[in-house]
Parts: sequence; structure tokens; C-alpha cells
Amino acid sequence: MFFQQLINGLTLGSVYAIIALGYTMVYGILELINFAHGEIYMLGAYLGIILLAFFTASGLTEQSLLLSLILTSVLSALFCAMYGFTMEKVAYRPLRNAPRLSPLISAIGVSIFLQNYVMLTQGATDKVFPLQLGETVITFQDVRMTVTQVSIIAVSALMMLTLRLFISRTRIGKAMRATSQDKIMAALVGIDVDTIISVTFVIGAVLAAVAGVMVAVYYGLVNYTIGYIAGIKAFTAAVLGGIGSIRGAMLGGIVLGLMESMGAAYVSTEYKDAFAFVILIVILLIKPSGIFGTDLPDKV
Amino acid sequence: MLLPFKGLESALILFAGLALGLTAIFLIGKLRIPTAAWNTIPSAASRYKTPLIISLATLFTVCPLMVNNYYTDVLIMAGIYAILAIGLNVIVGFTGLLNLGFAAFYACGAYTYALLNTKLGLGFWVCLPISALFTSCVGFLLAVPAMRLRGDYLAIVTLGFGEIMHLILNNWDSLTHGPNGITGIAPPMIADTSLSDLRYFYYLVLIILLLSLMVIRRVELSRFGRAWKAIKENEIAASSVGINTMKYKLFAFAFGSFWAGIAGILFAAKMQFVSPESFTFIESVLILSMVILGGLGNTYGAVLGAFLLVLLPEVLREVQLYRMLVLGIGLVLLMRFRPQGLLGIR
Amino acid sequence: MYILVTKEVSKQFGGIKAVEGVSFKISNNSIASIIGPNGAGKTTLFNCLTGITKPSTGQIYFRERDISGLPPHKVAHLGIARTFQNIRLFSDMTVIENVMIAQHTRIRYGLLGAVLRDRQFKIREAAIREKAYEFLALAGLEDHADTYAGELPYGSQRRLEIARALATEPEILLLDEPTAGMNPSETRDVMSMIKTIQLLGKTIILIEHDMRLVMGISDWIVVLDHGVKIAEGTPDAVKNDTLVIEAYLGKETTH
Repeated sequence: MFFQQLINGLTLGSVYAIIALGYTMVYGILELINFAHGEIYMLGAYLGIILLAFFTASGLTEQSLLLSLILTSVLSALFCAMYGFTMEKVAYRPLRNAPRLSPLISAIGVSIFLQNYVMLTQGATDKVFPLQLGETVITFQDVRMTVTQVSIIAVSALMMLTLRLFISRTRIGKAMRATSQDKIMAALVGIDVDTIISVTFVIGAVLAAVAGVMVAVYYGLVNYTIGYIAGIKAFTAAVLGGIGSIRGAMLGGIVLGLMESMGAAYVSTEYKDAFAFVILIVILLIKPSGIFGTDLPDKV
Repeated sequence: MLLPFKGLESALILFAGLALGLTAIFLIGKLRIPTAAWNTIPSAASRYKTPLIISLATLFTVCPLMVNNYYTDVLIMAGIYAILAIGLNVIVGFTGLLNLGFAAFYACGAYTYALLNTKLGLGFWVCLPISALFTSCVGFLLAVPAMRLRGDYLAIVTLGFGEIMHLILNNWDSLTHGPNGITGIAPPMIADTSLSDLRYFYYLVLIILLLSLMVIRRVELSRFGRAWKAIKENEIAASSVGINTMKYKLFAFAFGSFWAGIAGILFAAKMQFVSPESFTFIESVLILSMVILGGLGNTYGAVLGAFLLVLLPEVLREVQLYRMLVLGIGLVLLMRFRPQGLLGIR
Repeated sequence: MYILVTKEVSKQFGGIKAVEGVSFKISNNSIASIIGPNGAGKTTLFNCLTGITKPSTGQIYFRERDISGLPPHKVAHLGIARTFQNIRLFSDMTVIENVMIAQHTRIRYGLLGAVLRDRQFKIREAAIREKAYEFLALAGLEDHADTYAGELPYGSQRRLEIARALATEPEILLLDEPTAGMNPSETRDVMSMIKTIQLLGKTIILIEHDMRLVMGISDWIVVLDHGVKIAEGTPDAVKNDTLVIEAYLGKETTH
């Protein structure tokens, strides 16, 4: 039972972690809670299920499951990237110098718009498409884990690793770090801050899209409301790890996923979703800087 | 070919529509709307204050006699939302504390009456102050720890509180009957007359709304209102001229939540039924949108916002389906072009 | 009689010592200046005096009462008011409202009174308004009472901030660079305003870069450098102090 929940929690947690990365990167640079980030994940999941169904219908899945999964992820990521890019440009960029609450309200607007747009075009009920992956179950003593679970954990780990390398090694990655520390100084040393912000949104969107596809494959169903809940949980993960910190988001996601599956198993299933909110509130009240965050003094 | 969605066509529409919509918004973003025309609205409103008040008063007094029951119902809801909006405006508009979980306080007022009435048989008039004060206390108790947080973090904590409240209402079956809600709540009585008739109820809501407006306006124009506004504009300066910012922020939360309690009991008494479905996050956003649309910090603006957002979708029946969609776009556009709302000056 | 005494006040931010062991005494009804190069810790010291930051160690005595670590609003109630280097007005409120806010913490009435608009409320509100006009007159802003504070010209904003601080009816007024960015005539206005305030019996502590103003107006000068007090005394004594010339005036006069 415990190890079973460990596997479930890890799977869930790695999804939270990669969504949380999007929140934390944007917050690191703009100090904005990108409320609509969860909706990108939702869009990614919808695309995942639609494209998979399409590839299955056209026979590609039967020929090569891997290829159709990769194609699905890439296409979904591509679309969501475009969306993330436009969203920043339309809803946040004009508000960069506005009072701090304006972009947050704008973000809520984007989130509501997307949810309802998807609901109106795709219907309010669950979209189901259980992909016949020919689930191989790996059994290790009592613990059963599916190939899907292992893949989710592996893909997430791979993406997080790539992101870390990207941020620490590449020019753009370094520019991102510089921008998150001090936008004005970054601009003064010749970094195009607008481009960096766009890149940040695009990366966040790609990560969320892939997370969406993985969840769509894992559960075989999507709903227009999944973005809101997943978004809040991923945000909780980001806060838990210390918002603005990349390794914090990774750790926070895993910890939250584990807590949630353990909580559901040992405490209460009905209040499964409440754990995240309680953790969120408690963390914000006790140590708002999270595990890896730093406290900054108020400027006078 | 049995695809699990409405078909390839609808999938295409989804993405083509998104792309089109975004391009349109992007193009609108390049436009400039002349602001001078807007700014005449508030000044005109203050210039013609007396005739405006008289005509509005007449209009709202005779309204239920002119329209059918359906529209009376809609007007009642608009009045209840107006009370919610002016309450939230105290917290968000005056004091600048973003509250994304206001529906939780609304629920608090509604369930307090629902439970006191169905379990203990207490009447509307006894419960009115109890509900309001209890909700006010809940607001205060949430605010005590939350006030240490700034801006958007506070917003997220209130959102979390709203969700927890919703989960509790949904899952505490023995008390709240979960998603089925509580039925058989008594309508208000005056002497032996039940106010369940929509027309009577309309006047009840109208009177309570006017009383709320008067109280809130008076507090706004006193040292309390000035202290709230000072905190919103510059907290450090406010504290350095002697305002105990923590105390006044707590007070704003308690005072604002009080009206949510009033609105909640009115809602429960009107529907004679409450369920968690009425108090979701979207409900919180809707109330917030009313405040923002009318103009953050403008009490009359909040009332206007509430009436617009309740009445417009009813009048334009065709758009009712797209109500939330339009609300979403509306919020983005409002922040972009007129963050101070309809009646805001600057 | 000293109205304000600091004893070994220090403030650290992380590893940085912004203020280190600063002690001084300010006489009642005097004008004192705190000077020093940029980053000398002057504003941090002001923040400690007004409770905006807590000193890490040391004590501050106001009329022999230890006020170190009290929150800003309590400090304001006891009788210390301030202005800010980067003006902090309530810009979306009118000029008169800005001053009334500072007044009304002196004159109280209850919530019920505000709702019922009883006699007490009306008398007190009228008193607040009347007093507020007096302070506006002192700042020469009585004709702009209903202008939004944010729409005032820069020099008037500075004077309004001083008027607002005065409206808390303090005994000590702390002014953080009151003439920064002003032209000579605006500077003269502020100087005469400061003199008038002294005549009202208040004690004034200035942070100021304009040496002519400082030397001309101050009774006492405290010199900070890198968070440490390097000298204090009358303007003449400070002007001739070798440490001060080395650390500060020497560099400044070569410009």
C-alpha cells in the first residue's frame, strides 16, 4: 500500500512539478501569478486527447505508438507555445507598469475566457479516449506500476534536467537568470528583456502542454475544469518550494504529489483536494519564502 | 470513426476560433480609445445628482409593478449582488486588499441562516444580525493571520479559503447535506405575512440595499474610510501619520464581510434553498468583476457593476451562453483600457 | 533638555551594517541636520527613529521614554512625524484629505457616530477640516485644497508632505531631503517654512545635501559616513572638522 501510493504520488508530483515550473519562472521575472497557466495545461491535455484520437483513427498509433505520442506532444507543445506567447503579449505586456493587481485580474480574465471557450466548443462533459497502450504492468513484489507511470516520471525528470541545463548553460538561460534578478540592470547590459519574458512564457507553456498530454494519456479523459485545480496545486507546489526558485518548484511538486496521494490513502479521500489548499495557506502564513526562497527587505 | 469529441470539425473550430480571437484582441490592443468622453460620465453624474436620484428612486419603486415575475426575480438577484459588491468594494476598492474568496463569506451568511432556520427554527429577523455578525467574525478571523501577507499572496490565501469552504460544504454531509444542499428554508415574515411573494421580497431587498449603501457611504466619508484609502495608496505613509494599518485592514475585512453575510441570508431566504454550487470560485470572480467594472473604490460604481452584470445577460438573451466567455475577455480589456472602471475618475 | 537621545543605534541588513553604533542628543526646539555622503545610513537612521525598521541593537529615547522598536503609528502618536525622500503622498486623494488623514488620528469618534452622523461626529469632522486648512495655509496650499495631491507640482508636493506631517501634531519633525530636486526659489520657500515650524515650538531634524541650507539653518549637525557617526557639533565646528572634510566636504567641494 505505502509503496503503491509512493508511485502514484511520484507520478502526480512530477506533473505538478513541471506545471509549477511555469508559475515559478514567470513569477521570478514578472512577480506575476500567471493565473491562466493552468488553462494552458488544460489546452495541452485537450490537444493531447484530440490528436491521439486522430492518430489512432488514421492508423498511425497502430504502426508506431511512440511516434504518435511524440507527434502529439510536439504539436500540442507548439500550439500551447504560441498561445503562451500571445497571452503574454495581449494580456500582460500592456500592463507591465500598471498597479500590481491589474495583471493578476487580467490573468483571471484569460483563465475564465479559455475555460469557457473550451467548454462551449467541446462541451461541458468529460472527453474520454482511453488509449490502448497495451498496458504492460511492471510488478515488483507487491508494487504495481504501469509503463505510463514510469514514462511520466522519466519524461518529467528529463524535461527538468533539460531546463536546468538550458538555464545554466545557454546564453538565453543566463539572460533569464539575469532578468529575474534585476530587469533594469539586465536591460542596461544589453539583454532584450521583452524577448526574455516571451521566451519564459513559451518555455512554461511547452512544459505545461507536455504535462497536459501526459495526463490525458494517463487518465484517458479531460475536462475543461482540470486546468483550474491543477493550476492551483502547481502554484502551491511553486510556493512550497519557494516561488522564483526552479529547483524549489521541482521539489515542491514532488512533495505535494506525495502528500496528496498519502493523504488520500491514509486520511480522507473527500478532502483530497483540500490538502493542497491547506498546505498553501499554512506555507504562506508560516514561511512565505518557501523552502528555497529568500526574504527580501521592503524598500523604503 | 467514433471520435471521443464532437468531431474533427469542432476541434478545428476550437483552435481556429482561438487564433482569430487572439488576433482580434491583438489588433484592438493597437487601438486607442479617447478617454475624455469617458470622464464626462462621473462628472455628469455628480452634476445631475438630485434629478438622477429622484428618477432612479421612482424607477426602482415602480419597477416590480411594471414587469413580470421573471424580471422581478432578476432584479432581486441584482440587488443581492449589489450588496455583495459594495461589501467587497470596502475590502478591495477602499483598502486595496484583493479578496478572491468572497463567495465563501456569502456562503457563510446563507448557510448560517439555512442551518439556524431548519435546525433550530429561528426566524429571518433574528438571524439577520446573527448571520451578518457571524460572517463578519469569520472574515476577521481569516484576516488575522492573512494580513501579514502582501498583495497577490493575500489574494491566493483568500482563494484557498474559498475553496476549502466549498469543499467543506460539499463534504460535511451530516450538517450541510453535501451537494444536495439544504431545502425548506423559511421566507421572511412580517407579522403574519410571508414575504415569499417576489414583489414583497423585492422591496425588502431594495430597502436593505439602500440602508447598506447609506451606512457604507457614511463610513467611507468618515475617518475610517479615509484611513482605508490611505492604506491602499501608501501603507508606509499611512502608518507614519499614525494609522494603525493592521487594525484598519482587519476592520475592513470584518466590515466588508458583514455585507456578504447580509447578502447571504437574503439569498437563502429568497431561494428557500442553498447548495454549495452557488458559492464557487467563479461566483467570487463575478462579484469582483462587478466591483472592478463599476470602478474600484467607488460605492455607486459597485452597484452599477452589479446591475449591469446581472441584467445585461438577461436582456441580451442570445449572449447568455457566452456570459462567462465575455466576462473573461471583458476583464482583460478593462484592465487594458479602463482599469479604473466605468465610474472611476483617473 | 534633550528631546531625542539615541544610544548606540545599529541596523544590519543581512551582512551589511547600514548604521553602526550611532549616539547623539537633540535639544528641544532646535534644528538639527544629519549629513553624510550617499549610502551613509541617513535614511536608515530615520527609519529606525520612526519605527519603519527596528534597530538591530541600541535604544532611542523620546522625552526619556524608550521608543526603539515601536511600530510607526505608535511613534507618530507619541509625537514624531516625518516626510520621505521619495515623496509618499496619497496621490489619488485631494490635498485637504491628505492633511485630514493625519489630523483625524488626533481627534476620535466611533463607528456608530460616523454611521448616525451625530453631533459629536459633525463637531469633530468640522474641527478636523478647520485644522487641516490651518496646516495647508502654513504650506501655502490653501487654494489647492480640492486638487488631487498627485496633480500638484513637485515643489508643492514636498510642502504638502510637510504639512501632512505637521498635521499629526508632532513635537519632532523629521524631514528627509526636503529640498531635493528643487530650484532656488522653491528651496527658499521650504527654508522659511522650516523656520516658521521652529517658531511653533517644534524640533526639526533634517537630512539634507544642500550645504548652504544646512550650514545656514542648523543649530546642530551630525555627520555620518558608512553608517558611523564621524563628527557632530555646531555648523562652525563641523565645517572645520578634519575628519568631515576628508570624508565628505573635501570630496564635495572639488566638484
